[in-house]
Amino acid sequence: MPQDAIPNDLPDDPTAPVLRTVPADALHRELGARMVAFAGYSMPLQYARGIVAEHTQTRNQASLFDVSHMGQAWLRGALAAEALERLVPGDIVGLREGRQRYTLLLNEAGGILDDLMVARRAHDALFVVVNASRKENDASVIAASLPDSVRLEVIEDRALLALQGPAAASVLARLAPDADKLPFMGVATVTIDGSACDVSRSGYTGEDGFEISVPGDAAERVAGVLLAQPEVAPAGLGARDSLRLEAGLCLYGQDIDELTTPVEAGLTWTIGKRRKMSWDFPGALAIRDQLDNGPHRTRVGIRPDGRAPARAGALIVASDGTGAGTVTSGLFSPTLSAPIAMGYVRRDLAADGTPLALMVRDKPLPARVAPLPFVPHRYRS
Amino acid sequence: MTTRYTKDHEWVRLEGYVATVGITEHAQEALGDIVFIELPEVGREVEPGDACAVVESVKAASEVMAPLAGKVIETNATIVEEPALVNREAEGDGWFFKLEIADSEAFDELMDETEYTAFLETLE
Repeated sequence: MPQDAIPNDLPDDPTAPVLRTVPADALHRELGARMVAFAGYSMPLQYARGIVAEHTQTRNQASLFDVSHMGQAWLRGALAAEALERLVPGDIVGLREGRQRYTLLLNEAGGILDDLMVARRAHDALFVVVNASRKENDASVIAASLPDSVRLEVIEDRALLALQGPAAASVLARLAPDADKLPFMGVATVTIDGSACDVSRSGYTGEDGFEISVPGDAAERVAGVLLAQPEVAPAGLGARDSLRLEAGLCLYGQDIDELTTPVEAGLTWTIGKRRKMSWDFPGALAIRDQLDNGPHRTRVGIRPDGRAPARAGALIVASDGTGAGTVTSGLFSPTLSAPIAMGYVRRDLAADGTPLALMVRDKPLPARVAPLPFVPHRYRS
Repeated sequence: MTTRYTKDHEWVRLEGYVATVGITEHAQEALGDIVFIELPEVGREVEPGDACAVVESVKAASEVMAPLAGKVIETNATIVEEPALVNREAEGDGWFFKLEIADSEAFDELMDETEYTAFLETLE
């Protein structure tokens, strides 16, 4: 087996930059995590029980993920929401205190610079969570567009934990009774084991759950208290990836990037109603044109026949032999016990059930366009 | 019966002129939960380094190379039905295929267990 296929090999390039560690690094090692390099951080890929067991645990009970590599920041100032709206298509001005919204940082061509969560914590304070691989770029894009009265404060001293699964709410309610009152995409500050934590009812698995911003020096203790609950076990980035793909959620850098637009990616629902009247966000003209005339390509779910998964990068061929697009994410779904994928295809091939072939090891693998998500969401309503 | 190892993390066990090939305990551990296996056709002639089989876990895909020149004479259908067997029994019942080889000298040039263990330590 070629070495590069083995996922636990850290680069042995002596010039490789030193990996950053998350505040609970020692805890992960103690728990037997297999650590991998991800976005410049040493992160748990999986623990001893393996990705499938961690995935199933999340769907049936609850898992704790450490996602402290993600970027957290405050945007402060009375005009913070107005300032952010110059960069994203979401309705941020209309976001009520205690609520969070998923939105996109766009470039002038309508390409996606990042996808992010924005929470309104006060009339003059927004809390944002961005992708690890994009945080430096996001910070410079945001900072460059802010008026003097609004400042961006990048948070370096907090960890981010995700408690996900159908048992997450009862677990967190045991430790912080107020947390269970949160609606889906609600945010609040609650005390967990003596530490003030900023909790949002959201996640990246398709299950009910919470993302918990914890002071860095309390991360191991809070994680330990959560892991001590009988319904909870640790899970790594491997299970996080299979869970989010089953849920049909995009991974930045794979399914969306600077060359994909919200229309192509099927994320037009992130464009606020008011923003669709004023068309005053970056790339609005290009996006409006795609909405009016249809994009050339669109993101779809794909179910390969048989059991062989198609991976990111596999070419997609139409039944008449013409090029149809590319797979952007693909793996074996533990819930369905079958391979699943997402990718971009020509607009005329995007209807559910359309037969396609995926080129895997130079052979066409029969597949069909399938509705997303592959596994229904079970968010708290 | 002697077992030899390759740098691609395959094991090879030779009985007469029949070499049984599988992936090592280290390889199955690194791949994690194996979910799909594709085996070579019986009768195929292979050269050392030829991609012969595919093994996929939830997350990663990998190929199994022919460790020696020879002809595929048998494959293990059980692991196609039950890929997780390779996680449990990588160096036993989870074998992949058997090769009829012409030259046992090439077999002797592969790493023995001590050498493979030392090789694994260089990867740490």
